[in-house]
Amino acid sequence: MESFYSSHWILSVLLALPLLGAVACQMAPERKAGQVALWVTVLEFALSVPLFFTFETGTAAFQSFGAVPWIEAWGIQYAVGVDGISLLLVLLTTLTMPLAVASSFRYVDRHQKAYYTLLLLLQTGMLGVFTALDLFLFYVFWEVMLIPMYFLIGIWGGERRIYSAIKFFLFTAVGSLLMLVAIAGLVYLYYQQTGAVSFAYRDLVQLQIARGTQFWLFGAFALAFAIKVPLFPLHTWLPDAHVEAPTAGSVILAGVLLKTGIYGFLRFGLPFFSHAATHPAVVGTFLTLGLVGILYAAWVAAVQPDVKSLIAYTSIAHLGFVVLGIFALNPQGMEGGILQMVNHGLSTGALFLLVGMIYERRHTRLIEEFGGLARVMPFFAFSFVVVALSSIGLPATNGFVGEFLILLGTFRSHPVVATLAATGVIFAAYYMLPMVQRVVLNPLEKEENEELEDLDARERAIIVPLLALILLIGVYPNPFLDRTSASAGDLIRRVEERSQAAPLGAATGRAELAFDGVAVLPDDGDGGEGPGMTGPVSVETGE
Amino acid sequence: MEMIPALGSALAGLLQEAAHGAAGAAGQGAAHGAGQAAGDHGGSFTPILPGLILLIPLIGAAVNGLGAFLWRDRRLVPSWVGPLAVGGAFAVVLANFLRMLETGAAGPAVVTLWSWLSVGGLEVGVDLLFDRLSMVMMLVVTGVSTVIHVYSAGYMRDDPGISRFFAYLNLFVFFMLVLVMGGNFPVTFVGWEGVGLCSYLLIGFWYENAEYSSAGKKAFIVNRIGDFGFLVAMFLLFAMFGTLDYVPIIESAADELAYGGITVTAVTLLLLLACTGKSAQIPLYTWLPDAMAGPTPVSALIHAATMVTAGVYLVARSGVLFAMAPMSQAAVATVGAGTALFAATIALKQYDIKKVLAYSTISQLGYMFLAVGVGAYTAGIFHLTTHAFFKALLFLGAGAVIHSVEHAFHEQGHHGDPNDMRSHGGLMSVMPVTGTTMWAATLAIAGVFPFAGFFSKDEIIWYAGSYGYPILWGVSLVAAVLTAAYMARLMFMTFHGENRTDEAAGQGASSALHEAPAVMTVPLVILAVLSVVGGWIQIPEALPLPHVSWLHDWLHPAVEPALAVAEEHGVEAAHAAPLGGGEAVWAGVSLVLAVGGIVAGAAWVRSKEILVPERAADDRGLARVLNRKWYVDELYERVFVGPLLALSRACWRVVDDRIIDGAVNGLGYAGRALGWVGSRLQSGRIGTYVLVFTLGVLAVLGGLVL
Repeated sequence: MESFYSSHWILSVLLALPLLGAVACQMAPERKAGQVALWVTVLEFALSVPLFFTFETGTAAFQSFGAVPWIEAWGIQYAVGVDGISLLLVLLTTLTMPLAVASSFRYVDRHQKAYYTLLLLLQTGMLGVFTALDLFLFYVFWEVMLIPMYFLIGIWGGERRIYSAIKFFLFTAVGSLLMLVAIAGLVYLYYQQTGAVSFAYRDLVQLQIARGTQFWLFGAFALAFAIKVPLFPLHTWLPDAHVEAPTAGSVILAGVLLKTGIYGFLRFGLPFFSHAATHPAVVGTFLTLGLVGILYAAWVAAVQPDVKSLIAYTSIAHLGFVVLGIFALNPQGMEGGILQMVNHGLSTGALFLLVGMIYERRHTRLIEEFGGLARVMPFFAFSFVVVALSSIGLPATNGFVGEFLILLGTFRSHPVVATLAATGVIFAAYYMLPMVQRVVLNPLEKEENEELEDLDARERAIIVPLLALILLIGVYPNPFLDRTSASAGDLIRRVEERSQAAPLGAATGRAELAFDGVAVLPDDGDGGEGPGMTGPVSVETGE
Repeated sequence: MEMIPALGSALAGLLQEAAHGAAGAAGQGAAHGAGQAAGDHGGSFTPILPGLILLIPLIGAAVNGLGAFLWRDRRLVPSWVGPLAVGGAFAVVLANFLRMLETGAAGPAVVTLWSWLSVGGLEVGVDLLFDRLSMVMMLVVTGVSTVIHVYSAGYMRDDPGISRFFAYLNLFVFFMLVLVMGGNFPVTFVGWEGVGLCSYLLIGFWYENAEYSSAGKKAFIVNRIGDFGFLVAMFLLFAMFGTLDYVPIIESAADELAYGGITVTAVTLLLLLACTGKSAQIPLYTWLPDAMAGPTPVSALIHAATMVTAGVYLVARSGVLFAMAPMSQAAVATVGAGTALFAATIALKQYDIKKVLAYSTISQLGYMFLAVGVGAYTAGIFHLTTHAFFKALLFLGAGAVIHSVEHAFHEQGHHGDPNDMRSHGGLMSVMPVTGTTMWAATLAIAGVFPFAGFFSKDEIIWYAGSYGYPILWGVSLVAAVLTAAYMARLMFMTFHGENRTDEAAGQGASSALHEAPAVMTVPLVILAVLSVVGGWIQIPEALPLPHVSWLHDWLHPAVEPALAVAEEHGVEAAHAAPLGGGEAVWAGVSLVLAVGGIVAGAAWVRSKEILVPERAADDRGLARVLNRKWYVDELYERVFVGPLLALSRACWRVVDDRIIDGAVNGLGYAGRALGWVGSRLQSGRIGTYVLVFTLGVLAVLGGLVL
């Protein structure tokens, strides 16, 4: 078991299982597809949990690493691994999926086979994005992740689903294309410098890229990821997508998909193009956009008549905090940012799940249609309030830990930005509490709400684990933070070193590395850790 | 797998504590007497069962919370569990207090339950701090809470939500204890926002009343403005000290910071902002009067005796920082004195008995801020303590009155406001215990000798004058007269003169008026005794009385570092008031002012006929301005709330919808060629597409296997 979890096999199984599940769904009878999907995702989650415990803290190296040549002629590998940046996101994905599946049983009544098949494909896509260590493989997974989401919105969505799906498609397609171009550019540079073609992360991350070139490539990557985050003003696809998507779609979108943008910055943007990414103008831009997102989205959220759209805007505000944390480039900001991605997945995911539950009862998401639900649905009200409070960062919930670390870290490097961003805690109360009041408090005036049933056993089983995690991370976050710290620290160090070391002129073909490896480079055969992104790599001089 | 063992060891630590409690084993956290900042005062202190103080109310909250779902109809369970959970905490606190008293230890002793945040250079533990200051606060909090919990068992007896009520109330005590026991700023902040949460939940306890729910929401949002200050203050402190623990910050502040420097001034002003929110001072006080929507025991406990004093505690706790920033001290004192006077003027013209008490609370908190602002920390904590007794009593008494009048109204099917004093009058004859005990509290708050408030308020006024704030001193004297006047007005309108209940609700209503049951009156009597004798723990030397300096000596180790800073920079108290005269003379003057205020208030009530609300005409002139609270709510609405909403709508409708989406849709139309993307979705052959897609994915990724 030990060697299973420290080899790539655990990740390969996690990637393959949903695919097999998708096939099984296709073969299962229409009515059974949901059951199949549930069992697959639950098994997947159970398999993934030991990863949390076998994961070694204190090293920034990739773990459970493995690399197998795939298309050798193009230097494409099947390479996967997790480190402190991706571990929690992988687990967040495997946790979110069974909840998303279980939340669909009541809502999805047509094309069930297709629906659950897409969910499972989506899971492979997302896990692939977080574990792939070959840029070609990463791109494949990226697309595998986006296309099912487009279908989920477009087919099982609400009234304006076509508009929303197309909008989602256009935004993402632009991002994907930009990223594809940038990947191609990177590989070309690598070829120019070494004469060989490789898509491997460990090769490309060592590239010395001339400062001018960095800005172009970083720009392309950054734009692709910024759409995904989403950063102001590229955010307008999100509220539409959220409002129209089925509950599971919203949960996955908020819980996991948005994180792929931030993950992209951490995995590629910052380490590949350290000079560009730390240039004051670039940092200033991202801090400003993050800050604008925090405040602007909070304001807009406050006046939304639709609960889902309100929550969608709060996502933008939350991700704005994460962007600040990342670009603060210090341990508190970075670890807070990574943890806050998980927190946001839990809290916002739970909010969408809860909204979905009342939508299934009332077939409306308009705030004004509710009120006084606490009387008829006390358990719902309790959960809703706890989750809402965690979303606005009440201490002793997970949301506070993330926001506090992010703001503290940001303050150390950019005090003015952090101070302005801290006003976000006021505006969070301003958007969230009136909504809570109008949904679960106040007199119950609508007759249709009189007979609403409180959450049933299935629904409670979906919500309770999230509530438990919200409180656990709130009071005892260290096990989670410890798992991110080595990788976060390593990333910060490497970005700082590389931003200085980037060559001034055009690519020179010199391949000597300006930094030392800090991680051990064991063999990836049986049970060792995989190579970290650092490490002395001998690269032939090209030309 | 370290998570589970770590949790386990925390639990084991707790159990171990329980086992060796008497011997004083401090559990896994190992109390360490951290540095003798206090000099030669006492040795190190080993707390008894520190974790249990928090655990008992938390368990109470959990049990009652479960009860709210599982045994809704058994109202007896919460009415025992609630008070017992707080009483249990009080007992453990008392044991600790006695040990501290006995050993003469001063602490500070810090118990770390577990490491909370450990990132980079940031180390924040779940630390509990035991020193003389936190001990006083723990005693006041758990002591007064216990009494109020008992009272609540009677007051909420018929409410179907009693289980939920006690869950919130226990949870409040838990968070309040976290606040005062926290060994670093972040843990205090957990309590700080936690009590805010409970306040929110309890103000809106009767959530089906939209007005009450709104009042809870308002309290939360206004408090968040203050919390913003707290957060940024912490960030600054961390940037300066590299830690957020109280003990090292207090120890090194004088060396690390420049006296009167911009950083320490900024930190303390930000903390002051936080305090104006939590303790309802200008400009963030507006939530507290609305908070009276909550059940009356809540008003007594949270919005009078404990939570709202958190700001005073925080200033005293970070006294060293304030002592380093004279500008901030002046700001604290000015805010305090200003609020004391301002709120007192409003209290003069309120008709709702709880609103009078609410503005009175704001005003009295102002006195406490004046005290800690001028550097008289002991005086501030002294008034905090006595105020907890007499203001809790006043609220509980008002609750008994409301309960009784409401009952009378209910019998008659009348829907008037039972809080309106114009429908009261002459209640002394039917509610003698309530009336008498409330008179004790009234004399105490007015500052009549020998009641508690005489000693505590007089000390504040004296120090305001002798520390060189002549204007604030004058303001506090005027406010003292107003205090006596509005309290006399309240008492005479409620308990004396003709009864007006019949007039308000119809003949026969008054026969339903009754004294409260023993479960409610016993707490009143206990608090009444404390309102009399509570002031005798500190009697100035100047008075022709036995000199008692107990509280001063007790707190000395805790406030000593701040006093040392002040002394070093030449800040010291004079021996005469601004107009000359010593402490004894001015104590006499304020006694005369208090009695004069009471007489004036009584005469004012007697001077004209009181009409029941149904027949009363609107006030005019200044009376109207006071009754409408100087129109501050309206001002805030117009200057802040309205524009913010307008801005929000503009961002949504103009920026998002028109500008950004306008551009996006424009691009979309330009790219109509992409229309096929959408049309595919409508063709209905969904199963086919998904199958094709699945096969595609399998083909691409399956290439791996081959």
